[in-house]
Amino acid sequence: MKLSCEVNVHHLTRVEGHGNIHISIKNGVVKKAQWEVVETPRFFEAMLVGKHWENAPYVCGRICGICSIGHTLASIRAVENAFGITPSTQTANLRLLLKHMETLQSHILHLYFLAAPDFLGAGSVLPLATTHPEVVQRALRLKLLANDACDIIGGRRLHPTRTVVGGFTMLPEKGALEKIRQRLLASVPDLLASAELFKTFAIPDFSRETEFVSLKGDTGYPFIGGGLVSTDGVVKKEHQYRAMTNEYCQKGFTSKLSKLSRPSFAVGALARLNNNFTKLHPTAREISKFLGLVPVNHNPYMGNVAQLVECVQVVLDSVQLIDTLLGSPWQEARQPVKAKKGEGVGAVEVPRGILYHYYKFDKEGKVIKADCVIPTSQNHANILHDIEALAGQYAKTGKQDREIELLAEMLVRAYDPCISCSVH
Amino acid sequence: MSEPLSYLGVPLARPKVGFFELSSCEGCQLQLLNNEATLLDFLNLVEIVNFREGMSERGDNYDIAFVEGSVTRKDEIARLTAIRKHAKILVALGSCACFGGVNQLKNRFRDLEWVKKEVYDDFPIETMEVHPLADFVQVDLEIFGCPIKKEEVERIVTDLVLGKTVRHPEYPVCMECKANENICLFELGEPCLGPITRAGCDAWCTSNRRGCWGCRGPAEGANLKQLEEIMRTYGFARETILDRLECFGGFASFADTLRPKAKKSPVTQKATAGRKKS
Repeated sequence: MKLSCEVNVHHLTRVEGHGNIHISIKNGVVKKAQWEVVETPRFFEAMLVGKHWENAPYVCGRICGICSIGHTLASIRAVENAFGITPSTQTANLRLLLKHMETLQSHILHLYFLAAPDFLGAGSVLPLATTHPEVVQRALRLKLLANDACDIIGGRRLHPTRTVVGGFTMLPEKGALEKIRQRLLASVPDLLASAELFKTFAIPDFSRETEFVSLKGDTGYPFIGGGLVSTDGVVKKEHQYRAMTNEYCQKGFTSKLSKLSRPSFAVGALARLNNNFTKLHPTAREISKFLGLVPVNHNPYMGNVAQLVECVQVVLDSVQLIDTLLGSPWQEARQPVKAKKGEGVGAVEVPRGILYHYYKFDKEGKVIKADCVIPTSQNHANILHDIEALAGQYAKTGKQDREIELLAEMLVRAYDPCISCSVH
Repeated sequence: MSEPLSYLGVPLARPKVGFFELSSCEGCQLQLLNNEATLLDFLNLVEIVNFREGMSERGDNYDIAFVEGSVTRKDEIARLTAIRKHAKILVALGSCACFGGVNQLKNRFRDLEWVKKEVYDDFPIETMEVHPLADFVQVDLEIFGCPIKKEEVERIVTDLVLGKTVRHPEYPVCMECKANENICLFELGEPCLGPITRAGCDAWCTSNRRGCWGCRGPAEGANLKQLEEIMRTYGFARETILDRLECFGGFASFADTLRPKAKKSPVTQKATAGRKKS
């Protein structure tokens, strides 16, 4: 039986950013199992120093090309918390709706374009357009809906234009929101078909006990602000994010890493779902059960399934949000902003997990200190430990190098890492 | 997806293209996937042989290389040079590639060691002053914007495939904004670089009542003096203009002329930025 294996993946494909995987097994013993992050740092926290507060959301939204809306909202929340601004109910609802549509867009992109090709035996989504046209068309329909909604609410799907401290520069047309509502309702069959498709996928049998960190929902499934929680029982307030993330640097990573009760923890859809399962919409919860996902689930590959469940969650919640928004006349789009000395934290659940922005301002509202803790940087150490455990599990099974390589690649992809974001 | 292409009855070659990224948010590449309605038609125009973010297969046999991001570490110079060697046409995709983008905001600081320490404390990390692609290799075509506008990219790629000359608008965003019948943002109390920024985005931000931050760089004959006067008339601080001028790097030489005059700047900031041309 084959008991040795060499896997060296340089710049893993179908993930955002640059990471490498190295696995070396000799005679059934794991000699090396590494996850390396080689992305170039861009120094966003330094860039902002000395800058007026309005630069923060504008510049920091550009940390990420996939979840720019989430970054912008986290940044805005941090500034508003620092200045003591409470967004109006209308602003809060519009922001959550915008956030939902980004979540849908990002999850569909990951599930269909980045993850699904592995389960369907393809190298990318391109051949699937020929072999599985209905699957690709469905993905494009869902993604288009989400992106159109982001355009209507945020002004632009990538690096949004209307989102500002204090509210929005402009409000959407009510008729446009009504059309989005109809399209959301019409998308439910596509989501159910997605669930049927993912039910057929062979999720690798692997599990490693993990601490999961996310926002804790008081009333609903949480996305913007609130308390922090872990499955190991750690509970913190939003402004105590540093005690929840404990960032450190390590050789082999240009990104920072995080730990909490154990040497590593996980954030993301699976963490949110593990911590807030009872807060899901009943339909989303049923689909979760249908796909075999019940908390606390320790199989990282189930991150894909958790994202799919969240697609259902955000679509159904968005319909309710639009009903609320359409049910009353538009109020002021934007409230005045008065800068003051102080500091603020904004915690937002972006597609890949909990994101924190922190700023400290002087009395003129200029940035003295900035800090952004990214979901994928919180996940890196956990990915590393998962790869070690995965290599250990398959060390004596006689699998071919390519099989172990694919399992490792799929494992990293299941975290939907946003590596350039994590290094920022 | 593979039937032969023709234009006005003339058969067309489907160029092989590769997508690459240096230091960036990878958003410009994603903008191409963000084009659901026309994505499949667009993909029919070209043969993608390298797109790490979207596919596992990787080839070096590309005719056109689209490179996103700016150069911020030495190894990126080697990667860029290798891409240049393989490509017949090298396209700088987005503001980071064209001007340095938001990444070049760190060039404001004289002391790179301070920049590193601010983020990483004493952990050793490699970085360098941020540069656009053209500082190291010949760039055949620039596509401006943060983010790029997908309709514009599709038009440019179509022109490339058809062998047409690719032209950028010479006039400023202000023209497109007026054509869209927007209320002038100055009248709404919002600072704006629309009068001096190159058009082509169809006044993307200003049509959403967000002032222009100049991500596409200067229009032909951009008149900074005039803009300063407009901003002064409407009561905006010089620093407000500077924030916008220096945000993406396209106006680096303009920003340089403004920076020493700014009322207050952190002691660590340079008198002049590293990039000389605009």
